[in-house]
Amino acid sequence: MTTEPLAFQDLILTLHKYWGDQSCAILQPYDIEVGAGTLHPATVLRALGPRPWKAAYVQPSRRPGDGRYGENPNRLQHYYQYQVILKPNPDNLQQLYLGSLAAIGIDPKLHDIRFVEDDWENPTVGAWGLGWEVWCDGMEVTQFTYFQGVGGIEVDVVSGELTYGLERLAMYVQGVDNVYDLKFTKEGLTYREVFLENERQQSEANFHGYDVDGLKRRFEDMVAEVSRFLAMKGPQGQALVLPAYDQVLKASHLFNLMDARGAIAVAERQSYIGRIRDLCKACAVAYVEQERADA
Amino acid sequence: MPQLLLELFSEEIPARMQQGAARDLERMAADRLKAAGLTYDALTTWAGPRRLTLMVDGLPAATPDREEELKGPRANAPEQALEGFLRKTGLTRDQLVERDGVLFAVISQKGQPTAGLIPDMVDQIVRAFPWPKSMRWGSGTLRWVRPLKRILALFDGQVVQFDIDGIKAEDVTEGHRFLGAGQPFTVRDFADYRHKLGREHVLLDVADRKLRILEAARAACHDHGLALVDDDGLLDEVAGLAEWPTPILGDMDPQFLDLPPEVVRLSMKVHQKYFAVRDPATQGLAPHFVVVANVEASDGGAALAAGNSRVLSARLNDARFFWDEDLKTGFDAWNDKLSGVTFHAKLGTLAERVDRIAALAREIAPLVGADPDQAETAARLAKADLASGMVGEFPELQGVMGGYYARAFGQPDAIADAVRDHYKPQGPADSVPTAPLTVAVSLADKLDTLVGFFAIDEKPTGSKDPFALRRAALGVIRLVLENNLRAPLKPVLKQEGAFLYDRLGFKLREDGFANETDLLRDDGQPQRRSSRRIETVALDLLAFFADRLKVLLRDQGKRHDLVDAVFALGDDDLVRIVRRVEALDAFLATDDGANLLAGYKRASNILRAEEKKGPLPEGMVRTGLPDQPEQETALAFAAAAAATAVDQALETEDFAAAMRALAALRAPVDAFFDKVLVNSDVPEERDNRLKLLGQVRAVMGRVADFGQISG
Repeated sequence: MTTEPLAFQDLILTLHKYWGDQSCAILQPYDIEVGAGTLHPATVLRALGPRPWKAAYVQPSRRPGDGRYGENPNRLQHYYQYQVILKPNPDNLQQLYLGSLAAIGIDPKLHDIRFVEDDWENPTVGAWGLGWEVWCDGMEVTQFTYFQGVGGIEVDVVSGELTYGLERLAMYVQGVDNVYDLKFTKEGLTYREVFLENERQQSEANFHGYDVDGLKRRFEDMVAEVSRFLAMKGPQGQALVLPAYDQVLKASHLFNLMDARGAIAVAERQSYIGRIRDLCKACAVAYVEQERADA
Repeated sequence: MPQLLLELFSEEIPARMQQGAARDLERMAADRLKAAGLTYDALTTWAGPRRLTLMVDGLPAATPDREEELKGPRANAPEQALEGFLRKTGLTRDQLVERDGVLFAVISQKGQPTAGLIPDMVDQIVRAFPWPKSMRWGSGTLRWVRPLKRILALFDGQVVQFDIDGIKAEDVTEGHRFLGAGQPFTVRDFADYRHKLGREHVLLDVADRKLRILEAARAACHDHGLALVDDDGLLDEVAGLAEWPTPILGDMDPQFLDLPPEVVRLSMKVHQKYFAVRDPATQGLAPHFVVVANVEASDGGAALAAGNSRVLSARLNDARFFWDEDLKTGFDAWNDKLSGVTFHAKLGTLAERVDRIAALAREIAPLVGADPDQAETAARLAKADLASGMVGEFPELQGVMGGYYARAFGQPDAIADAVRDHYKPQGPADSVPTAPLTVAVSLADKLDTLVGFFAIDEKPTGSKDPFALRRAALGVIRLVLENNLRAPLKPVLKQEGAFLYDRLGFKLREDGFANETDLLRDDGQPQRRSSRRIETVALDLLAFFADRLKVLLRDQGKRHDLVDAVFALGDDDLVRIVRRVEALDAFLATDDGANLLAGYKRASNILRAEEKKGPLPEGMVRTGLPDQPEQETALAFAAAAAATAVDQALETEDFAAAMRALAALRAPVDAFFDKVLVNSDVPEERDNRLKLLGQVRAVMGRVADFGQISG
């Protein structure tokens, strides 16, 4: 790096500026727990239908099973993804992406940037795409995907999706080996000061705290809500897809919590994932109908 | 002669698909050129990270003129038929040729310019290209492995005019993503193309990329007194990940060298695609790695090597975390976890599977010279590592980690080795365990898998073998044969079946039948588990083993009908079966053998025909009857002698001697058929002769079922 490496928040602000200049709507995180930035309706639902769309946002991602009580330098149960979706994908998406790396101080003539095959798939939302993991000096810094299907439905127009692992990228840019050593602000507030305590408490809750019966009950409640919302009609006669999808996200997170608690037998696993996928598919189908009707 | 140069330039093509794509392009281009009637001197294709290239040298400028003769109606056919033919060919009556009373039209086609045929040809190739996975992009409908960006198409130095889904063919391509001049450039022909690519840091030929990697990687190691750990699979992969591959030696934190070398190597290879580096003095791993970068960095690779080294440390830290955590956890906790892991919905949990394997390993132990207690202990440890953190991360290390952990927790070497090697042999090329304890556990493991899946009727079909049962069966066969294990399989299979049914809640009745049992699933719904007779399962499995053994013997050049002939005896001792097959094979290759086989077939045809008419006569063959032909008497004595000799030989499993005993029958059998009429008008004579043939068939049948042998 030729200049002072970016602090964590400056990395985010730089990406916001960069993608904002590419006429992306800079959105805020979705206010429901999700396991990945893709699940934000701004990606998973907006990828459906023919309507163009450009957005970028940070999404906190919760992976209850990845908690390590703040003791592992690389693994967190709560971390940030930077998500960009461009629909349809512009022809020069790879160039735009490399431009974003340059903007945060990664020089492709000094570092080894590689596009390594990785066909992305998220079985819980029935989404799949082809693309790459982008490696920088052997570290995966971004998932680069051309969406081919969402909710089990083939897309009308292909979206390009970029998912940056913000902590990893920041660790790389700042040259630190421990996520908690990241500078959050350039004045020196650390990631440790912001998040360590959260990791400790949440890890304990994830692994030992949540009441499994309660989780199961709530899961079933959420599942029931999805069908109810999809059957209801809004003021313009539309199915309530967006609230229905919110319940899918909640069910999905409840499943992840049950999983972290070790409450999902291997045999049940597929059935849970299948149920969430079916719900997601029902939302996707309803959403696509609305979108195609409007287009 | 004109040359065709085609380049399909795209975003990064998965490394594993590139060389297959080069072959597909070659085949498709050759097929289409041939179909168009175009000949050429040479056709070559190349594939790399961002481009597929085709070069055809020595094409004609145009397809040759062609004359086609169309057969028309007979000369004396009705007017309408002739008119139809003239309309179809666009000719007049006087242009037709008459031969043998039939009219022919000769249509000559002028050759077409080759350049004009290329657009359709390329369009068809691109649209029908068999990528393992392809995608759409943007708002388009074209499919390619990744977005197709450019088409370069030159014929005889000229751009071929066409476009595919809006991508216009040009004489332009691009160089290396980072090391090139950054501007697209034009090319004139293949030589110019290859030259300019080189200048732009693109090695077109995968062989050149591999060579560059190997030479530079070995040199970098050599300069530091180190040696590269060769890995062809990895070399293939990294040669597809960089257009200008540049190996760089990086440092690994030496503190990680105390991890098992398998872990370090796999971390490097699977996650990072690094080559491992050896210290030639110790033969152990050296604290270094070789990364194959896609750039020649302006700082000589220092920043890049440091970055990769940090990533590797993070990876190895993960591995160390698993190793440390695993050493704190231990076998009891892992085994507890296995009771929560379903092996298969109908075959219970991994813990139940371990129970069965342990029980079976105990049973097998004495047969292979292992201590039953130790065998049970080893079996109870064998699957535990599946619950360990390290195997969760690197499934390839199942067994290997179990071996390390067993040793770390103080198990004797024999047990640790059994845990480590019990998955072997994993394929035809893998070595077969010989340590008795390992053999016992390995057999128990595979037999449990086989009996289990056969019991729930999940047998392999056609090309589908999702549970790798063929491999398991071959593993059992090789373990038995290569260790010369003398044990009948069927009781072992039934034993395992009994364990299985017992542990899974089936009640065995005394006659070996299991009941249909309704069990409740976790959600309270009844679940019907179909149970099958253990006897049937065992017989099915024996047939499956016979099948696998046939494949194995066929691969060794043995006839599969001989295996059938031996298996038909109902023997389930694989070692004995193979010896018998070998002896039979040798016997049939002799003159006696071949002739005796013919005699057997004749005897057996007669007997079969007679059996249709009614029951065959039973009882002793009589000799010394009035007017009895001497050939009949001779065969009766020979058959009796052969019966004794065969019995003796089989007693000692001397199959060569058994074959010799049968060989003694050949001459009397031939003489008998030569001189004696079996279907005599005298009922007593006919009965005696049928009894005699029955006896010959029975004697031979003790050695093999000759009826199964073809020829």
